[in-house]
Parts: sequence; structure tokens; C-alpha cells
Amino acid sequence: MFRGIHFIPADTKIGFVRLRTISWVISALLTVVPLLLVWKVGLNFGIDFQGGTLMEIQTKESVADLADIRAKVHGLNLGEVQVQEFGAPNDVLIRIAAQPTEKEQQDSITKVKQVLGDQVDYRRVEVVGPTVSSELIAGGTVAVVVAMIAILIYIWFRFEWQFAVAAIASLVHDVTGTIGLYSALQLEFNLSSIAALLTIIGYSLNDKVVIFDRVRENLRKYRKMPLTELLDLSINETLSRTVLTHVTTFLAMMPFVIVGGEAIHGFALAMCWGIVIGAYSSIYVAAPLQLILGVRRDGGMAAAPAKPKAQARARA
Amino acid sequence: MLHFPQWKVILVLGVVIGGIIFALPNLFARSTMESMPAWLPHHQVNLGLDLQGGAHLLYQLDENEMVEDWLNKLRDDVRETLRKDRISYTDLTQNLADRSVSVRIREGTDYDKAYDELRKLSVPVGGTFALSGVRNMDVSRSGDNGIVLKATDAGLTQRMNSAIQASIETIRRRVDAFGTTEPSIQRQGRNRVLVQVPGISDVERLKKLIGETGKLEFRLVDAGASAQQVVESKQVPIDDDLLYSKGTPPVPYVIKKQVLVSGENLVDAQPGFDQRTGEPIVTFRFDATGAKRFARVTQENVGLPFAIVLDGKVISAPVIREPILGGSGQISGSFTVPEASDLAVTLRSGALPAKLTVIEERTVGASLGADSIAAGKKATGLGLLLVVLFMFAAYGLFGLFANIALVINIALIFGVLSLIGSTLTLPGIAGIVLTMGIAVDANVLINERIREEMRAGKSPVAAIEAGYRRAMSTIIDSNVTTLISTLVLFWLGSGPVRGFAVTLTIGILASMFTAVTVTRLMVSYWLRWTRPQLIPI
Repeated sequence: MFRGIHFIPADTKIGFVRLRTISWVISALLTVVPLLLVWKVGLNFGIDFQGGTLMEIQTKESVADLADIRAKVHGLNLGEVQVQEFGAPNDVLIRIAAQPTEKEQQDSITKVKQVLGDQVDYRRVEVVGPTVSSELIAGGTVAVVVAMIAILIYIWFRFEWQFAVAAIASLVHDVTGTIGLYSALQLEFNLSSIAALLTIIGYSLNDKVVIFDRVRENLRKYRKMPLTELLDLSINETLSRTVLTHVTTFLAMMPFVIVGGEAIHGFALAMCWGIVIGAYSSIYVAAPLQLILGVRRDGGMAAAPAKPKAQARARA
Repeated sequence: MLHFPQWKVILVLGVVIGGIIFALPNLFARSTMESMPAWLPHHQVNLGLDLQGGAHLLYQLDENEMVEDWLNKLRDDVRETLRKDRISYTDLTQNLADRSVSVRIREGTDYDKAYDELRKLSVPVGGTFALSGVRNMDVSRSGDNGIVLKATDAGLTQRMNSAIQASIETIRRRVDAFGTTEPSIQRQGRNRVLVQVPGISDVERLKKLIGETGKLEFRLVDAGASAQQVVESKQVPIDDDLLYSKGTPPVPYVIKKQVLVSGENLVDAQPGFDQRTGEPIVTFRFDATGAKRFARVTQENVGLPFAIVLDGKVISAPVIREPILGGSGQISGSFTVPEASDLAVTLRSGALPAKLTVIEERTVGASLGADSIAAGKKATGLGLLLVVLFMFAAYGLFGLFANIALVINIALIFGVLSLIGSTLTLPGIAGIVLTMGIAVDANVLINERIREEMRAGKSPVAAIEAGYRRAMSTIIDSNVTTLISTLVLFWLGSGPVRGFAVTLTIGILASMFTAVTVTRLMVSYWLRWTRPQLIPI
């Protein structure tokens, strides 16, 4: 009977942790480059966080006359205005910068509707006033921080503090890496981006927990094995699962990037990227960090924090 | 682990079948479901505003305006009280920043009496504070015969609560006039009202109808003052207001401050047509008090013009030709037909206690909603197909078990969503997709464990037993972490994002059941029927 293709051989012995110098460099780049990007290029904040008006319209003719629409909307003197194609040639997205008061904000829609008239279908209108946008910024930040703290406590409770610290550090890596994607591609950063970040946090952690679980099990099983080797063994043992699981989730999410429509495109793309970066950080960030932090053996004897030379000698 | 007592088998099958039955109505059109027998479940998943189109409007009540109104009224009460007791006073002022009204009593001999009388204006606050003896304002003495009446936080909260309550009722009456299905009007936070109206197309008209305060006043025009002169000199007589008409260009009127009759005394307002000119009008009827007062006022002022003022704008200023004794009348003001009908709704529904401002608006047209549903279906179908093919390729027969469990999982999500009347949004659909990944992850964990145990040389039954047992704690740990971040998302999010958290939570919980228990049941029967020597994994 068909027993499935074994995509990953059972007995891989890849020195993930042994070759950690290279992975440290990559991880550092994955954390620092996004921060530089955000600093230099910035994030394309959506109206959720910046306030303002967003209108998605569809013209009756098959190709929208962007220049004409732009001229008409610019003529209203509403400050910074963006007019761009959105998905289809007759779909147009109009973004108007935040107005000083809630009332002027509301008036901006009425004015745009007046100049564009009935000849277009107003598919979506979103207006976020200054009060709400500042609340959403605070709420989004609080959510990400609270989620991280809650997870830190849970992991601490279920494992040791070293696992919890390693998990949080790799989550920070995932979050900055994902924010970097938003900055690099200038994807709109809005409320659903926070949802994407939180989901990536949850999903990526899911993966770390599986490896931690195996590390803990192996710590009990092989009391004498050097930590480097033990970590590599644990990663290799769970490698097939790590790869298969990420491939399935990636396969499930990918169609949303391609055919899911513009409304959810950014969210789906961030999720897909998060799945990849989460897999990377499980193997190359969370595990080597445990080496540095020195996870405790079951007997309560603290392993010396990172003595790679001594361990290399022991192996030789 | 692999032995299932009969009751457990029945329970598992019961949950699965129940889930499927509750999910089934979603496969049919709403009209088909209505013709089905009544005993069948026919709750369908509610579609969010982003999928079916509609308006989401978040209103904020102007707290300053509310406080100002209160202080104005309080100042009048203080004046009234002191006059009634013939106490002479000076410096009667209100302070908005301090939320207080202060007054100075002229004669030291009156001071104690004035203090006692003014104290009576403060009343205990009801509601949650009822037993604590907290009052709606503090009345205190301040140096040099002064008395300060200061609103307490509890008093303000109570006022805000009743203002929001009244606003919700007024808004409901106005939205109902649109005749749309299932509008939702809820309080949010301290001073906000969230209005959600599915399937509405004319959002501008909805906003106009809700946003109108609807404060109607009948006041006399000051015949002694010339509007033109007042505009030029900018000197408004002390008992008058300078108001403008609503048309363009606005016409100025000098109108007496005193309100003869107000909208509170209206019992009905209907749109209609003037019998002589045929122009659209609004006819109204007063209650007994209003009718009596209106009759007296019109009797006393025959030949003089009076003004109908709505939210500080003069709608019309006709001359009183004869006393109006019947308690009913009409407003004409060169309306269009829809304007007359909206004004009638506004007047009938009563005035809002304070001005409401839109602070967040999200409206989705029906065409975009339909496009999103189509895109969501396509992406989910494709994702499901890819996952199913991949799982079968990776694990063969055990992949097939996982796939069956996955389909049951999706059915359960829809079943639970329909049952609890939750709302499905576009991000919610993405949540279902993510659940597919998480659900098969449990099977990946189990199957990998079984493979390991097989390699360690265990018999099929022992390997499967151990695989399920040892994967379990990992599955729980990894799902709990995802649930934590999902709960945070639920707590933070609104609308679409919350929909994502809901489907993901239901999906994860359901996956613990389908991916673990349901596949184990399948594996257990497969073992019993085929008694394999080797597991095809």
C-alpha cells in the first residue's frame, strides 16, 4: 500500500547549531535590515493608523481614466491625495490624507462624490478620524506586547525561563522581519497587518514549542550528550515535521495571495512570509539561543553557558 | 488508546453528524432554505459587512456640548431657586472647564438659606452608585458668600449613560425608516454608538438622517429689529439670536431667545403636500401641553411673524394669520419630496440629546462584497485541494485519514458559526484556511511520531498507540500558544479582524477533536478490520 513519499529522510544529521556562526550573521541581518528599512524608507501606514479617507471606485468604462480622476480629486484641495489602479484596470483607489477635524474628514467624501458623480460605483469607502486612528495605534501596540508577554509566561510555566527567553527573542526576530517585508514592498500597514503579526507570532511559536518539547525530552534521555549535539539531534528529529507542516500551511495560504483579491492580498502575503521566517527562526534562532542561555538539565544542574570549545573537544 | 467504548464512538459520531447538519444550510441559497421544513436547522452563517456590503458608522457624542447644556440648565435652575426665595445674588457664572456654576449671595444673612436651598438641586445618582450615596453634584461654600455647584464624575457618567441610551433609541427609529434588514445599533465605550446597517446603498442619506440633531423650536421673530442692521452692526439685542435660513444664500433673521414650543411636544409628523400650491410639506401634531401653549401664543401674536427653527437654522418664518387652536400645523420650506420625508422622520424620532459626529466610517458596496465572496471561495477551494493532495502524497493512507478529518473540521467550523450566530468576514475565511494548516499539523505530528516508533521497532498497534500518546502534549502546547495570540486578537479587534479571531479559535478547538479523536477512531477501525502486519506510513 502507498505509504507516502518520505520527503525528508529519517536520519538527517545536519549541523544546524554547529554552523551557527553563519546563521547568526543571517539572523542579525534579518533583524537589522528591516529596522534600517523602516528607519530610512518607512512604513506605508494605512488610514487605520494615519487617519484619512480611502475610496475604492469602479468606473463604468473598462479602463479608468486615472489622469482625469486625479485632476478632479486634486482640484478639491484636500491636501495629499493618491490615485492609483487597484487590481483591475477599471478599479481605482483614492487615498486622501487626514483632515484637521472629523467634520472636514466627512466632507471630503461628499466632495469627491460630487466631482465624480454617479458614473462610478463606490465599492468601498473608509474614513478614520484622528481620534480613532490614535486609539488604533495604541491598541495595536498593546496587543502585540500583551500577546508576547502572555506567551512568555506560558512558555516559562511549561518549560524553563531559558526556553521562554529564546522564544521571545526569535519572535522579535519574526516580527521585525515581517515589518521589514511591509517596508520593502511598501505594503499597506493597517489593522489587518497587526492581525497578521499576531497570527505569525502564534503560528511561529507553535513551531518553537514542538522543537522545545523534543529538546526537553532529549535532555532527559541523553544526560551526557553535549548541548550542541543534543540541540542538533532534536532539530533533525523534528525536521520532517517542521518542513511538512510549513509546506501545508504555506500551500493553504498561497492561493489567497494569488486569487484572494486585493482586499486580503497584503495580509496573505505577510502570512506566507511569516510562515517561512517562522520556520527559519525556529531552527536558526530559537535553538542556538538555548545554547547561549544554557538550558538546564533535568537534575537541576545548570549547563555552562556556551562553551563551544570545550564541547568540540568533548566530541573529538 | 485505540480502544473506543461504544458510548464514545456514538458521542464522536454524534458530534460529527451534528456539525455537518448544522453546516449544511450554508450550501443552499437563503430562499431554498426558507421552503424547507421548519424542524430542519436553517441558520446560515451571518456574512460580515465586508462580504454582503453595508455601512459601519461609529458615532461619538460631543461630551462638551452635553456638559454645556447641563450647566446652562443648572444656571437657570439656580436663578429660579434664588428668585423664588427672593434672595439677591450676583456673579452667576458657569465654568465649562471646571464643570461648575458659581454664584455670590449679596446679603450675609441670606447665605445659609441660599446654601440649603441650592443643596436641594443636587440629587443622588441612581444605577451602580445608588447605594453609595454619591450625588450628581457637589454644592460647596467658597469664600466671600460664594456657592459653587460642581458636577461629580458619577453625575456626568449617569448623564452620559442616559444621553447614549436616548441616542440609541432615536437612531433606531431613524434607521428603521430605511426599512433595511437587521440594522445593529450598539453602545461602544463611554460616549460612542456603533451603527451597522447591512445592504444599504445610499450611505450619504443615512448619515444625514442620523447626524441631524433634530432640535425643533417655534420662536417669535423680533419685529422690532432689522436683520440687515444687526448683520451690519454685529450688535445682537440681548434677548435675541441672529439666525440664518438653510437655503443659499442664507437669509438672516433676528429671533427672540425665548422658545415658545419645542419639538418635545410633538406627537406626530408626516410628509405631505400643500393643498393649494402642491409643494412638499411636513404636517405635525402637538400633544395636549404643546397644543395649549401653541394656541395661546398664536392668539397673542396674530399678525406677527414667527420662526420654525431646526438645529439653529430657520426653516421658515411665516406670519401668524389666525390663532391655531387645533394643535396641528404644517412646515413648508421649499423642500424636495425626500427632504420632506426625511424631516418628518427626524421630527418623529425626537431630537438627539447632543450632537453626534462620525469618527469612523467603513462602507462596502454590494458588488465588492460579492467579489470578495467569490475570491474567498476560490482561494479556499484551491488551498484545500493543495493541502489534501500534499497530505496524501506525504502519508498515503494516514494522509487520507487526516484529509477526511480536515473536511469534518471545516464542516464543524461552519456548523458552530451558524449555531452561535457568529459573523463570517473575509479575514475570517483566511482564518479557516490557516486552521487547515494547523489542523493537519496535528496529524503531521502524530504521523511523524508513528514513523519514529516504527523505526524503533515497535509493532503497528504499539507504534500507533505511542504516536498518538506522545504527540498529544506537543499538540496541546503548540495550540495553546496560538490560542493565546488569537484571544488577544479577539479582544483588540473589531469587525473583520475579530471575525478572523473567531474562526481561528473555533477551528483550533475543533481541530483538537477532529485531527486527534476522529482520526484515531478511523485508525482504530482500520486496524481492527485489516489487522496489518506493517503500517503503510
